Amino acid sequence: MSSIISIQNLRKAYPGGFTALKGVNLEIEQGEILALLGPNGAGKTTLISTVCGITVPTAGTVTVGGFDTMTDYRATRDLIGLVPQEINLEPFETVFNSVSFSRGLFGKPRNDAYINRILEQLSLGDKKDSKIMALSGGMKRRVLIAKALSHEPRVLFLDEPTAGVDVELRKDMWDIVAGLKADGVTIILTTHYIEEAEAIADRVGVINGGEILLVQDKSDLMAQMGQKQLQIAIKDPVAEIPDALSAYALERSEDGISLTYTYDTTGERTGITTLLNDLAAAGLVMTDLQTKQSSLEDIFVGLVKETT
Amino acid sequence: MNIYAVQTIYRAEMKRFFRTIMQSLISPVISTSLYFIVFGAAIGSRIDQVEGISYGAFIVPGLIMLSVMTQATANASFGIYFPKFTGTIYELLSAPVNFFEIVLGYVGAAATKAMFIGVIILITAFFFVDLHIAHPMAMIAFLVMTCLSFALLGFIIGIWAGNFEQLQLIPLLVITPLVFLGGSFYSISMLPGIWQTIAMFNPVVYLISGFRWAFFGTADVSIGISLAAIALFTSGCLAVIGWIFRTGWRIRQ
Repeated sequence: MSSIISIQNLRKAYPGGFTALKGVNLEIEQGEILALLGPNGAGKTTLISTVCGITVPTAGTVTVGGFDTMTDYRATRDLIGLVPQEINLEPFETVFNSVSFSRGLFGKPRNDAYINRILEQLSLGDKKDSKIMALSGGMKRRVLIAKALSHEPRVLFLDEPTAGVDVELRKDMWDIVAGLKADGVTIILTTHYIEEAEAIADRVGVINGGEILLVQDKSDLMAQMGQKQLQIAIKDPVAEIPDALSAYALERSEDGISLTYTYDTTGERTGITTLLNDLAAAGLVMTDLQTKQSSLEDIFVGLVKETT
Repeated sequence: MNIYAVQTIYRAEMKRFFRTIMQSLISPVISTSLYFIVFGAAIGSRIDQVEGISYGAFIVPGLIMLSVMTQATANASFGIYFPKFTGTIYELLSAPVNFFEIVLGYVGAAATKAMFIGVIILITAFFFVDLHIAHPMAMIAFLVMTCLSFALLGFIIGIWAGNFEQLQLIPLLVITPLVFLGGSFYSISMLPGIWQTIAMFNPVVYLISGFRWAFFGTADVSIGISLAAIALFTSGCLAVIGWIFRTGWRIRQ
């Protein structure tokens, strides 16, 4: 697969001296759903704003569909739809007019049939003549999505689409995203809900302090999560792991009184029984056993902690 | 050129105008009628004539200018400030439009609205006074130039304003006094000595004078100077807008 968005050494320093992005590199593949995870103030929104043209980068380049966002901004912005985090809508306008306005702004001729179709897809069909101020919060979010899709973009940015949204609407939102992916739209969403990334993303990126800490296939991350660790405390410290136990790839703690065995819970055999037998045969006396499972949350918290 | 975007902004702004068509048109008609009753009938009956023109007719160009300048400024400043206020400005900034197209849409619409109101006031005036226009083409040209330049000024104010108070500040504290003191209701030659000199520092004097020349063929300052003044004012506004465009001042970080 080829990259539709390529971000290189992107830096953004605000006039006040705050550096929101510290040299971000990121390739986003065509047709994927990338979830950007990060705590508040991590730089998620600045990253999106810079790609969309709302914020001017201090250094670095961003290309969308091969076009540079600064020099070919018409071509790049034409490809992008943005759903902002805040519900920014003109309250006195009707749903249909508001969405149609967005289409015109993006240089597309009026197409009522297309707008009506989007509104139907987003369950806004019967609200199209309602004023926006009369809608519920969830409906307003759908209007924002409809506006972002009004000019038939190939890339959709969703900035925390489910922040402060109830469980039911969150599921709806996930369905909408899945539907868009099926239409071939590349989706980048930011979130601080790990479960959201787990539920819908193809790849997960972790951002904190203006830096991308990790970008990985969700399946790889899930595989890491399928692993468990068995910590074995032994009575007498060992200087090195006995040769008889080399097959188990044990990790020895610095003080030599604890050994860690990593195994796959999804495998047919965990190898725990034979390991314990072999430990006894090697003359090691065990004082305690403990198992631990790593979750995406652990990985995330660990990464974020390291950088703060 | 993203012509669809310009059309879209222009239409949306005009729609706002027509949505409140009653306020938009009735209020200038009523206020103009009031001016005619108060200044034209009550005070005008004592002034009789100014420079050979009946006072009622004399104040028509000034009245049109007064409304056109305030309306053009108010409409343009509100037009661009409102998206900043509601947050929908994100859409303008992320759309494939350049600043020139945005200005064209908002300023074009604000100028059109002001023109409408100017024409309505002119029509209303015909009901009250005997009026014939000496240089109709120059009158139209002056009207268009004034609408455009004050809409540009309004756009700058809308970009600058951080809240609704600031939005009202310049029109209230600067434009209205300048227009009232700019000879809307009197000839500068009627002022006592020193005030005539001071009045010459008021840019609005040149606009009203030029506009009045288009009506009656007489003016406080020569028409050439009036034209130069409005050209200077327009290019000043364009220069500021150009600078905003380059720096992204108050809109794009």
